[in-house]
Amino acid sequence: MPKIWVYAELNQGRLTTTTLELLTRARELGEVDVVALGPGAREAAAALGKHGAARVLANEDAAFAEYVAEPATDCLAALLPQEGPDLILFGFSPDSREVAGRLAARLGTGLISNAMDVEAANGGFVAKVPYFGGAKVASYRANAKPAIVLIRPKSFEISESGGEAAVVEVAASIAAGSRRARMVERVQEAADQVKLEDARIVVSGGRGLGGPENFHFVHELADALGAAAGASRAVVDAGWVPYAMQVGQTGKTVRPGVYIAAGISGAMQHTVGMKGAKVIVAINKDRDAPILKMADLGVVGDALKILPKLTEAVKAKKGH
Amino acid sequence: MKIVVTVKQVPDPNAPQGLDSDNTISRDREVVLDPGDECGIEIGLQLKEAHGGEVVLVSMGPEKARDAIRKGLSMGADRGILVSDDQLAAADAFLTARALAAAIGPESPDLVISATESYDGSTGMVPPMLAELLGVPQLTFAKHVEVAGSRVTVHRQTEDGYQVVEAETPSLITVTAGIAEPRYASLKGIMAARSKEVRLLAFGDLGIERGEPAETVEGIVDAEARKAGEVVEDDGSVGVEKIMAVLQAAKVI
Repeated sequence: MPKIWVYAELNQGRLTTTTLELLTRARELGEVDVVALGPGAREAAAALGKHGAARVLANEDAAFAEYVAEPATDCLAALLPQEGPDLILFGFSPDSREVAGRLAARLGTGLISNAMDVEAANGGFVAKVPYFGGAKVASYRANAKPAIVLIRPKSFEISESGGEAAVVEVAASIAAGSRRARMVERVQEAADQVKLEDARIVVSGGRGLGGPENFHFVHELADALGAAAGASRAVVDAGWVPYAMQVGQTGKTVRPGVYIAAGISGAMQHTVGMKGAKVIVAINKDRDAPILKMADLGVVGDALKILPKLTEAVKAKKGH
Repeated sequence: MKIVVTVKQVPDPNAPQGLDSDNTISRDREVVLDPGDECGIEIGLQLKEAHGGEVVLVSMGPEKARDAIRKGLSMGADRGILVSDDQLAAADAFLTARALAAAIGPESPDLVISATESYDGSTGMVPPMLAELLGVPQLTFAKHVEVAGSRVTVHRQTEDGYQVVEAETPSLITVTAGIAEPRYASLKGIMAARSKEVRLLAFGDLGIERGEPAETVEGIVDAEARKAGEVVEDDGSVGVEKIMAVLQAAKVI
């Protein structure tokens, strides 16, 4: 039976949802060990066991949370020879990809990133990677052992399988020179009230809104609907709204019940992050905009005129 | 301080993209210096202006990628290195990182600056690999950078704010697109760039083996596409009516 490792991402001591998503697939592929490093590692074991981990290889050294990537890379690399996993799964998140990248370079093996699925095939593993912004899907056979695959958030549903994980205390194995990039402070900025990834409805705005001064139309509709507000990369890069609102390849992946795209043309960079929505509504002035070719309802019109009217209509309806 | 900025030539993000028959992203259409790299160059130039030193641009790509380096030189960077060889065509992230590390290593930079991710690949795997191969710490997702003596401090963008992360030089930082508005090349800068050195390195100059790629492509299929639904022209009221009907059918209002 293949040995699968899942790298647990702990954010301020709490397990990320992506870690649990990975377990859904990992437990179908083989015997699953989760490597959990940093404060909160042991406490996470109960949830990890419930979702399919047989063992949790844990170390609570604070250095794993305090120093970027290198301590975790050291620990994983030290554990590999004795544990010999066939496959290591990481979430495709900013924190995990830094560890995965360093580990792959240290092992000299490379990795497969940005995957949306991984399957067992012919005694090895094949990862499915959205390609060309999600218009195509490539099948990559992993050549190395261990195979290292990074999986996009929201690729699998979280589901409990019951069970209990044995907690195995492992050595931290942090090299003397690895305490280098140090996180000295964490600053919280005002964030949207509804979390984008978990929202049932998302209203997103793009360049078609004309300028940052018009983005309030998106927020107002989102507020009226109890939705989260999102944005395309173009307007985040232009500084209209913070990065936390970015939906797409380099931002969040969302799967809401309804996704409303206002003034977003539908570049593949964006659509790869939202095409899993149940219903897509697009408002765009350009009849040829790609987003209208994938929307369940496309409205050819001016988002600046439609959004405020829509907000009023929603408020009126909800008032009843 | 000596600063290396990695740069990449990418298909113009503002132009529609196509795939070649071998399923690599077509590069014969309009190609530009990656907009994310322009921000990296800008930060490099600002740090040079504040602390003195040199800004060296390093790129890997076809011969044509010289144009991307030239653009950075016209913004004010001092010289360039282009790693270009048919043997590096369709390189994966790890081979790219190894080639760049082999080109950058002998420069012994105090700081390597990369974009958080490229506009075309968008997976951001090269910078952490490059940091590991160069043996330096990584300060990533920077939306703000400060250098004081040998200490580099960045504000690392997170989902709900930022982290203050610091390290000593030499180190590698990755910058987000919002970190700085890249300057325009002046006419003087464009003229000056013509005489700046761009050194060409072939695969054989790097002293690395090609190695086995991490993956073998077994097949590429079209993703399950969503079908276009109804498209209506708004006349001032029909747009809102139709959207309200969809919201009600989806039971969200």
